[in-house]
Amino acid sequence: MHTALLQKLVLTVLGMFAFAFALVPLYDVFCDITGLNGKVDLVVAQKSEGVDASREVEVSFTTHAKSTTPFKVKALQYSVSVQPGKLSEVKFLAQNTSDSARIMQAIPSVSPGQAAKYLHKLACFCFDQQPMAANASLEFTLRFYVDTELPKDVQELTLSYTLYDITESVTAGNIEQTPQVLTQPFISVMSPIVRGPQNG
Amino acid sequence: MSTTAQEQPVSHEHHHGAPSGLKRWIFTTNHKDIGSLYLLFSLLMFLTGGAMAMVIRAELFQPGMQLVDPHFFNQMTTVHGLIMVFGAVMPAFTGLANWMIPMMIGAPDMALPRMNNWSFWILPFAFAILLASLFMEGGGPAFGWTFYAPLSTTYSNDNTALFVFAVHIMGVSSIMGAINVIVTIVNMRAPGMTWMKLPLFVWTWLITAFLLIAVMPVLAGAVTMVLTDKYFGTSFFDAAGGGDPVMFQHIFWFFGHPEVYIMILPAFGIISTIVPTFSRKKLFGYASMVYATSSIALLSFVVWAHHMFTTGMPLAGELFFMYATMLISVPTGVKVFNWVATMWRGAISFEIPMMFAIAFIVLFTLGGFSGLMLAITPADFQYHDTYFVVAHFHYVLVTGAVFSIMAAAYYWLPKWTGNMYSETLAQWHFWLSLVSVNVLFFPMHFVGLAGMPRRIPDYALQFADFNAIISIGGFAFGLSQLLFVAVVFKCIAGGKPADSKVWDGAEGLEWQVASPAPYHTFSTPPKVD
Amino acid sequence: MNLANLKLFNIFVPLLASFSAVASDYNMRQGVTDVSNEVYQLHMTIFLICCVIGAIVFSVMFWALIHHRKSKGAEPAQFHESTKVEIVWTAIPFLILVVMAIPATKTLIAMEDTSKSDLTIKVTGSQWKWHYEYMGHDVDFFSVLSTPKDQIDNLQAKDEHYLLEVDKPLVIPTDRKVRFLLTSDDVIHSWWVPDFAVKKDANPGFINEAWTRVNEQGIYRGQCAELCGKDHGFMPVVVDARSPEDFDIWLAEAKQAKAKALQAEAASVGVTLSKDELMATGEKVYMAYCAACHQPTGLGLPGVFPAMKGSAVVNGELKAHIDILVNGRPGTAMQAFGKQLTLTEIAGVITYKRNSWGNDTQEVVQPGQIQAFIDGTKEKE
Repeated sequence: MHTALLQKLVLTVLGMFAFAFALVPLYDVFCDITGLNGKVDLVVAQKSEGVDASREVEVSFTTHAKSTTPFKVKALQYSVSVQPGKLSEVKFLAQNTSDSARIMQAIPSVSPGQAAKYLHKLACFCFDQQPMAANASLEFTLRFYVDTELPKDVQELTLSYTLYDITESVTAGNIEQTPQVLTQPFISVMSPIVRGPQNG
Repeated sequence: MSTTAQEQPVSHEHHHGAPSGLKRWIFTTNHKDIGSLYLLFSLLMFLTGGAMAMVIRAELFQPGMQLVDPHFFNQMTTVHGLIMVFGAVMPAFTGLANWMIPMMIGAPDMALPRMNNWSFWILPFAFAILLASLFMEGGGPAFGWTFYAPLSTTYSNDNTALFVFAVHIMGVSSIMGAINVIVTIVNMRAPGMTWMKLPLFVWTWLITAFLLIAVMPVLAGAVTMVLTDKYFGTSFFDAAGGGDPVMFQHIFWFFGHPEVYIMILPAFGIISTIVPTFSRKKLFGYASMVYATSSIALLSFVVWAHHMFTTGMPLAGELFFMYATMLISVPTGVKVFNWVATMWRGAISFEIPMMFAIAFIVLFTLGGFSGLMLAITPADFQYHDTYFVVAHFHYVLVTGAVFSIMAAAYYWLPKWTGNMYSETLAQWHFWLSLVSVNVLFFPMHFVGLAGMPRRIPDYALQFADFNAIISIGGFAFGLSQLLFVAVVFKCIAGGKPADSKVWDGAEGLEWQVASPAPYHTFSTPPKVD
Repeated sequence: MNLANLKLFNIFVPLLASFSAVASDYNMRQGVTDVSNEVYQLHMTIFLICCVIGAIVFSVMFWALIHHRKSKGAEPAQFHESTKVEIVWTAIPFLILVVMAIPATKTLIAMEDTSKSDLTIKVTGSQWKWHYEYMGHDVDFFSVLSTPKDQIDNLQAKDEHYLLEVDKPLVIPTDRKVRFLLTSDDVIHSWWVPDFAVKKDANPGFINEAWTRVNEQGIYRGQCAELCGKDHGFMPVVVDARSPEDFDIWLAEAKQAKAKALQAEAASVGVTLSKDELMATGEKVYMAYCAACHQPTGLGLPGVFPAMKGSAVVNGELKAHIDILVNGRPGTAMQAFGKQLTLTEIAGVITYKRNSWGNDTQEVVQPGQIQAFIDGTKEKE
């Protein structure tokens, strides 16, 4: 008498447990749409089609590393003024301050959050894991443009990179080693599961 | 419990007494036994969690660090929260459901009695694990009952696995309990007990049970992610691997907000039972009560992010969650208005259950008001994570959920034990609790508004006076609850024998059986017209 | 309960009458920005609405409780539903909410203003201090609780600003739009200054932003609002708002001070200090930076923070000890102090640890040795 109902309820429970995990990719989609946390697609953008010469937006750069992370990355310019739609280039100087070869992963974040989806990057060191030899210095180029659709009331935005040392995770196998250019949002959706933390 | 002591006159063919001894309790599949176990367990947990609150209040009595170190203080706030939510309030409601739902719908027992036994008996193990972790090296969980990552992952100690395991067991227990409630209500109503004739306590519990099976698995998912992040190298909540710590809060509060209603909807049911009894008048707006409860439950799924306005949300999100949250106050208001309308032109008397119910209505409404204030996003930026929030949810959970449980206990104790409780003790318990609970929680609004953050072991000097008052209120409220323990055990031991219909204004099938309720009731379904 | 409500009224009415910016001990602060004023007004409006609704509902209820008592011989009426009444008391609260939502929405939109700012400050939370960086100005510093441990332990009388004081407050100009970018090194923190109505979480890996435009000069105090571990209660925020002119002077001085500090660092390399001097410096630094976790007794917290007494690192090879202090230990709460402390301070605290609580290495470490270690790791290039 109770079996049919019981089965349905148990299935609901299992379904909701799965739903908790489904929230992970759903959350990423949600972030993409709303710009929550200033999360940026790790996707190579297409070139812009037009330029809005009527206004300029100030884009500033900052990088952040925990005191224990052995990387220093600094934009050569603190900020640039750009016209929406126009392609810009900014150079970053990166250093591995440790005595051993390390792999760096930069995680981008844009503020204000609603501007995140209007900042398009054509080339960025954050697309890939960056292996850096002991005490090496490298120069990275960021190529980006701001979408002409950017809301008018956003007059300045900041692109921040948080630097992580993922060497241990890569060696432990928690993170896929082959650096890859992510070309589809699908991969970034899967990322929390395929990749690992920096301290294994 | 005292059903063992008194053999009931055999009115139906199957009736026999309970087996005796420890085995009776371990192997019991009787809904009344299991209900008693749940209730006694929750009382024990209420006292345990209360003892931790006493530690917290003692440390906060004066500025400066006196008794415990900050790490232990954090363990106390964390475990106090976990125990009160999962150990005291939820099992108490499950206990009431076990005892009363079969009797209210005219069923002989719960639908799945063996599972019922399991769902109770795994609970003590869950809490034993949680409490044991306090005594291990590194201590118990110290990241708040909300266990925000990465404080609970990268930055927690190794005992976190015990916390995760304990929460899993608690979750499994409540899911089994909820399934049992649903199957019982759907399949085992007596003939003629149509949906719109269900007692409101049964209705609210049915809706609560659906909330439970919808969100407890999500909590299980969240703790599982914490576990794999901490021990197995995933990074759901770690930006380095593509995760996001804010996502934790979204998942947690997707569980957490409905959880709040899990702890208050059965309370609405209890108050809707008690107020008509002592007003000697039918509940006003039965149907609207059912609809209001359902809409509260549904809305509870779309307001979760009002707990996280400060995490940095897009404007549209902030507006949506603000409006949705404000909307919840409408059905909640309807309930309060209905209770007042029930009392209006009734013939009211003030027995202890009614006193608690009236205190509930006033004080819960107060908690509702501060909830409405918290919904106003710009103001929430100031209220968030201060003692104003602590005041708010303690008004809702202590003078709300806990007072309703007390009301229910006084209301049904004569039915359970066959004896009336000691009126004198009960009066003392009520009045001391009422006064002290307000001395305890009311000034928290003030310190919160003045800027005292929650979960701090020490505070700036301008908060000192109010904190001393709060602590005194806390000690008084804590001690008053020992009176409740005395009332309960005295009532089990003996007292003036109770009639089968204990309260003259009471309605419902549970009052058709003898007091104390025989070990088996409604083996033959009653006729409901 | 009605009593409590009345009490509330009595407290708030005089306040309402005098809309002055009283720093109240029992109400929300009006604060010193336009936004914080708007928030305060919202708070008072919604509060009054609640009071009025409460007064009406409870009056009706208590009327019934007094007059419709059985002991007075009341006979219960028979009514138990009325669709009309139900609709009315669903509609009225709904309309009140709509009225309330309008100003709330306006304020919220004002708070999310993304126009250009005059100054951007990056605020980084870490266990358990704040770090401020003036973006584009090359000035940055840590801001740490300055209340002495003895006051916390009740061995000394407590100051007026007990637990709400720091060694270096954040200095900002008044009448300018200051934008804060918030992030965290470890767990989630929340930067809160009640007088600005600014509370924003600092999330590790991501940035958040908030802004303020302060109308009055003064010192404003707040605290971390999000549970961030053991010393969550001990990481205050202190902001010193100065006139734009004074701020410019301060900023210029801060830049000079930074240059001087660099010189002093360079000079300290050649200095040889006595063991007593190093032990004295070391003890001070240990109590300020290390004791929160490793405890003043050096015993740590078993299972959470390692003990210094008898520690293998502290009693072992010197280079490893310097390394952990300068570079930290990734994946744990042990931060890198290389940039937070001066060479002398590092030398002092290492000397102190290696010769206290029964640790007896007799080693004396000089600032030059620390510099040599740092150079050593760089020279390998």
